[in-house]
Formats: sequence, structure tokens, C-alpha cells
Amino acid sequence: MQKVLSLNGLTKRFGTVLANDAVDLDLHKGEVLALLGENGAGKTTLMNMLFGHYMPDDGTVDVADRSGHMAPLPLGHPQAALAAGIGMVHQHFTLAENLNALDNIVLGAEPLTRIRRDRRRARAKIEQIMKSSGLIAPLDVRVGQLSVGERQRVEILKALYRDARILVLDEPTAVLTPQEADALFENIGAMTGDGLSVIFISHKLREVLAFSTRIAVLRHGVKVGEIATADADEKVIARMMVGADTPVATRDKMTPGAPVLQLKGVSVRGNSKRDSLSDITLTVHQHEVVGIAGVSGNGQTALAGLISGLGRADNGMIVIDGVEIPRPDPKVMITAGVGRIPEDRHHDGIIGAMSVADNMVIERLDDPEIQSYGLLNRAAIRANADRLIKDYDVRGPGAEAGARLLSGGNIQKLILARVFEQNPRLILANQPTRGLDMGAAADVARRLLEARARGAGIVLISEDLDEVLGLADRILVIHDGQLHEAGTRDRQAIGLMMAGELAGELTKEPT
Amino acid sequence: MMEILQILLSESFWAASLRIATPLIFGVLGALICEKSGVLNLGIEGIFVAGAMAGWIAVWAGAGLWGGLLFAALAGGFFGLIHALLTVPLGLSQHVSGLGITLFATSVSYFIYRTALPTATSPPRIEPFRPLDLPILSDLPFIGPVLFQQTAMTMLALGMVVLVWYVLNRTALGVALQAVGDNPDSVDAQGLSVYGLRIGAVVAGSALMALGGAFLTMSAFDAFFFGMVNGRGWICIALVIFASWRPGKALLGALLFGAFDALQVRLQTEVGAMVPGQVFLMAPYILSIFALVIAARKADYPRALLTPWFKGQR
Ligand SMILES: Nc1ncnc2c1ncn2[C@@H]1O[C@H](COP(=O)(O)OP(=O)(O)OP(=O)(O)O)[C@@H](O)[C@H]1O
Ligand SMILES: [Mg+2]
Repeated sequence: MQKVLSLNGLTKRFGTVLANDAVDLDLHKGEVLALLGENGAGKTTLMNMLFGHYMPDDGTVDVADRSGHMAPLPLGHPQAALAAGIGMVHQHFTLAENLNALDNIVLGAEPLTRIRRDRRRARAKIEQIMKSSGLIAPLDVRVGQLSVGERQRVEILKALYRDARILVLDEPTAVLTPQEADALFENIGAMTGDGLSVIFISHKLREVLAFSTRIAVLRHGVKVGEIATADADEKVIARMMVGADTPVATRDKMTPGAPVLQLKGVSVRGNSKRDSLSDITLTVHQHEVVGIAGVSGNGQTALAGLISGLGRADNGMIVIDGVEIPRPDPKVMITAGVGRIPEDRHHDGIIGAMSVADNMVIERLDDPEIQSYGLLNRAAIRANADRLIKDYDVRGPGAEAGARLLSGGNIQKLILARVFEQNPRLILANQPTRGLDMGAAADVARRLLEARARGAGIVLISEDLDEVLGLADRILVIHDGQLHEAGTRDRQAIGLMMAGELAGELTKEPT
Repeated sequence: MMEILQILLSESFWAASLRIATPLIFGVLGALICEKSGVLNLGIEGIFVAGAMAGWIAVWAGAGLWGGLLFAALAGGFFGLIHALLTVPLGLSQHVSGLGITLFATSVSYFIYRTALPTATSPPRIEPFRPLDLPILSDLPFIGPVLFQQTAMTMLALGMVVLVWYVLNRTALGVALQAVGDNPDSVDAQGLSVYGLRIGAVVAGSALMALGGAFLTMSAFDAFFFGMVNGRGWICIALVIFASWRPGKALLGALLFGAFDALQVRLQTEVGAMVPGQVFLMAPYILSIFALVIAARKADYPRALLTPWFKGQR
């Protein structure tokens, strides 16, 4: 097979963190290489060096040009990588929210000196790509109004629009539904037939095993192994990644207690249909995980906003622990014992510029342990952080480093630590394992079940049906702002309800 | 009441409104371009002074009116470049740098004035832009005096509104500019230069601001005086918010302010005997604050405004 890319001894150090240690990696034409590793293993750093975002401390990159000739790639310039036919879909959205999808996709592809933009031609090309890839996104709506799933599709379209010959996908399916993910990989598979080579990063072993041809594993910045996918199974990969087996959380039966959250006939009229709810009723009891399954953009944002106190209901009532909350706001909800794990952890979960330690206490700044007479007790904050970092295994440059420096998985651990330490009565977990490695995802599941055992009620909003089926005692499906009891645990049936089939017709079927 | 109505219906009132608005149009467009890219430019007040000074002295030295405008724009661009270098690649505080530029540009302008004319008691006058006299257009009823008997600089300002709107919304450059002010990573990931776009925007925006200053010495008056800018730059900073970073609304805001100011002068002569003059001088600012309070709630801030971006950092 013809080699199209080789990374030679790439090394990157951030302060004391050795994020990549002399990593070598080859990619061949038509290959789909899965790059695996725990959160913080250095996968994104490696790809960012390839794409020119980071300047490597050491090492070189060679890329094949159109005629197959290997030539060194100038490092540190995304422009050079794009010109060499490398496209990258970043782990975190790199979208301008004030522009529509079309402008985001075309941005940088046409020369800035051009007076008239040929939007019609751009649109035709994008529509062609959407058709052949199955990735559909509204082109004329401001990206700020798109759902996370739609934004991810725009990101992928961006790379495809640049005619990439080597496509790097950093957790492209983290926010896609299983169906969308499968469709994406099938289309990528078709494109590899035409000579596209792909490197993708994923924590979902199911899709790694189904769609990759080769697997490379990073651990603590070092490449620890490569294996042909045909020779691999989940156990082997997990052992390569972690160096040990990961235990799976089990959910034992529990009798639900008193209701902790009641939504009665709640409606929210949002700006668009996707952030509206119409007349929903929901009860969550102690010792109960209620799973809300649904494709993103069907009202989850409004529901989460309601429970976390960020939004207000236009009609209906919110009751927590038997007490009606007349004017919910975040502070009121936190005081009432609601712990929040937000969907967009970078944006809503942390303050990136503040330290890890500060982020860990940010929801209880009036706690006398943290603060007295308006002065922060630094020692207590630091001690708290050191303890939580150890208990929750938050890896990164340390307690005093900016929280934005943490990898995605470690940011989630930070949030979990903050939430669970408060012993919340009700936990809102919105896409809690999105982007987490197996170990970390199992950790989240274990912590959620622990909270349930302790007596908390949990609202689990997720697009990942397997996660919902694994954790939830009761499953509801959200579609078009309406909430329906699933009344079944059948994958197929719930999948259809997520797509909008009526509940009544399905519950008649045997389960 | 009748007096106000009479004023509002008069040609001279509307002509004056547009005249007063002209420097603000340049200034607010300049500030808008800077801020769209994510950089607040509080150097605007000083850049107005520099533009007023540079344009006037160039004309006085024989550069001709259009040569004077070019020189003013270059002076503005120069101070903009200093601000951009400090705030974009170095990522220093945009507030501090901007205020520094204002102090610096103002003093340099006064310094040059004093060194060029050490003995002058009153500044030499230049031959400023004349009111236009266009065939047919200037003779139209009402529209003629209001619109087509202004100077060429007012026409230029109105043209700039259209140009800036077009560039921002219809060209690849404008789209990139909007993107860099919202999320610099979006631009970086597409292989464009965040630094290049921001520096370019600040330089271009500052050049426009300087034209606003030049209007004062080359069109409104015919010489340079100390203190003649008199807070117009600051007004522009407020007007950008009022305009929600849109060129069309920026024009509207500048006109509104111009109208308040024009009204204030006329009311003063009408009912000045009963009310102290200062009240009228205050009026445009108070009304602007009210307009701002109402408009700013829905303002569409560039998300990355004030946030420096560094390559290779999270
Ligand atoms: N710009 C940066 N400055 C400082 N530290 C960084 C920076 N980028 C990454 N790191 C650190 O380097 C290590 C590797 O991070 P990286 O994002 O590459 O991990 P990852 O394998 O992509 O993890 P995840 O699966 O969570 O995305 C982490 O410890 C992270 O905190
Ligand atoms: Mg990563």
C-alpha cells in the first residue's frame, strides 16, 4: 500500500506535561486509522501538530503530494496543511456562530481579495457533498442557532469542501446519534475507495471495530502499540489503552422513593421549535434514573435549561421536593439541591480562564468553608481541589492551572467532582459521557449510580441509546418538544419513537 | 410645540443634521470595523485629532484637498497600527492601549502644530471643501439643499456606509472579518491569519476614523483648533453599540445624534431666554444615552470582542 503520511518522532511539551513523546505514525492510501487513547493521552495534541496549530518541539511530518511523492510539510501553518490536502475536523467546534453554515464552510476557501463571492457555486458544491455524504445541515441559519449535532455536521462538511485527501476527524461522532455516526462512516468508507485516507479519534469501540482498518494506541503521550482491526476486540484494545481491564458498572434494582422533581404541564415557547416544549409532564423519584432519549434539537436544550434554572417556563409548574419553585434561576436551583452536568462542558461547565481549583468551588462561593467575610480561603480551596483531583482522577497540569488546559474528558471529571461533592437531591446529566474514554465513561456511570443509591433522582438526557438503556430505570422519548413514556426497552421501538413515530402505535407491539 | 414642528420641517435643520453627523459616520464606521474583528479601539478620540491635524496641515503645505484626506487616513492608519501591534500579537489590554493612543495621538498632533507654527496666534486658514453644486440634483426641492448641497466629504461618508456594508456582508474578506470577531479559531482552522485580519481591520478602521477628524478641519471649519474634536470619538464608541455593529444602523445613529444636536442649537435661540443654555448642550448626550439604553439590550456583540487570541494555545 502506498504511504501518504508519516509523522516522525513528534514531541510536544506543555510546561511540565509531556503531551507527545517522539510519536511515529504512518498512514496509507485508502486506510481508515483509528487513534485511541484515554482522555489526556495526547491524541488531539498529535493531530494539532499535524494540522499546524501547534509547533512541535521535535520531529517532522512528510506528506505525499498528488503524484504520490513524499515531501516534508512546513510545520506550524494550517494553511500549508490545507494546501497539502489535509483536512481536520476539530474536537471542539471552530465555527463562527454569527455566520451561517454556508459562510463557515466557504470561509478561507476563496481568496479574500475576491470582490464578488460565487455563493451559488459554493452552494451547489456543498449540496452535492451533502447528498453524497448524507450529512445534512441547514445552510442559511446562523450557526449559533444550530444544535450541537448539526454543528458537527457543518464541521465535517467544512473539511470535505476543501477536497481533503487526508481527513483527520477528532471525535467526529461524539455528538452524533448512532444512526448518523453509522451513516457518516459508511460514506467515509465509500470515499476511501476513491483514495481518501482517514485518521479518526474515537472513544466508541463499537465504531472503531466496525469501521477502521488499523488501530494505533497512545498512552500518556507515547504510542504503545498498533494492531490491525481484524485482529482486535474490545478487551485487547481496552488493555492496550489503560494497561488493565476496566470494570463495568451494574445497575441493581431499587424501589423509587418520594418524588424529587415534578414538572406539571410545562410549556416553553422558545425562539425556534428546537428550544420549545409543549405541555410536558415529568416526575423523577428518589433512587431513580429517568432517561430522556432523543435526537438533539428536539427540546432537550429547553428541558435542561428549565431544570438548571437557566430558562423559565411559560406555563405550568416546577416542583422540587414537594415545593413549588415560582421563579427559578440557577442560584435557586442550586440551593434547592439540583446538580447540573451541562451539555456543552467547555462553554457552560467551566470558566476556562480560571484555575481548576476555583472551578471546583464556583457553585458554592457563599459556603463559609470557602469564604469568610467576602474573602476567599485559598488554603481550603486548594485542599478541596487536591482532594477532588485525587478522588476523581482529574489529570492535567495541576490545581492552579487554567481549566481550559484540561482535555475534554478531564473537564468532565472536574464538573462531576463539583456536582457530586454537593450531594445533590436531583442531578441533571445532559450528555454526560459524550467524548469520554471508556474508563471515564464507566466512572461517570458508576458515580451516577452511586448518587442514585444514595437517594438522588437523576435526569439523564442522552442521544446515546445504549447509555440510556444501561442506566435508566424509566425511559422517556423527547421529540418535537413533546415527552412520551417509552413503555418499552426495545432498541428498535425507541429508535423509531426518537424519529417521531407515535408512542401509542408502538406500545401495542409486543416488547 | 409649534416651534419644534417648524424646525423639524425646515430644510436647514436637516442639512445641519447631516453635516453634524458626517464626522460621526466616519468614526462609527471605523470603530465598527475594528470591533467587528474583535478589537476595541479607544484610540478613536486621539485619532480624530490626528486626522484633523494631518489633513489640515497637508492642505496648508500644498497637498491639495484630496491629498490632505489621504494624508489624514495615513496618519490614522499609523496610530491604528501601533494599537493593533500592541493588542493583537502581544495581546495587551485593549482599553489601556486605546487610551494611551488617544493621549499620544492628541499630544503629537498639538506638538506638530506648535513646532510647525511656533509664532502663529491664530492658525492659518485653508480653502476647505465647498458645498456641491450638482446639475439638477442640487436644485431639487428639499432633497437638494439637504443632500446635494453638502460637501464632497459628506457624500464620501454616505458612500462609505454602503461600501462598508457591502464589504462586510458580500465579500469573502468581510465574512472572514465577522468570523474572526466571533471565534478566531474558526478563521485559524481554515488557514487564514487571525493576526493579519485583525491588524488589517484596526488599521483600516483607524484610517476611517481619521477622515472623521479631517472633516472638522477641511469641511466643517477651515483650520485646526485645540479641543475641536471635543468628545466626538467617544460618541462614536457609544454609537457602535447603538448600531448593534451594523453599518446601516450606524448611519441612523449618527443622523439621530446629528439631529438632536441641530435641534438643540435651534431651540436654544427660540426659547433660550427661559432655560439655561447648558441644558440644551446636554440634551443630545442625554438623549443618546436613552437611545443607547433601549438599543443596547438587543445588541449583537462580537463574541470575541476584547479577547486576545494566541496561536497554539487552548
Ligand atoms: N495548549 C495547551 N497548553 C497546556 N497543556 C495542554 C495544551 N494542550 C493540551 N495540553 C495537555 O496535554 C495533554 C494531552 O491533551 P490532549 O488534548 O492531546 O488529549 P486527548 O488525548 O485529545 O484527550 P481527550 O480524549 O480528552 O480529547 C493533556 O494533559 C492536556 O492537559
Ligand atoms: Mg482530544
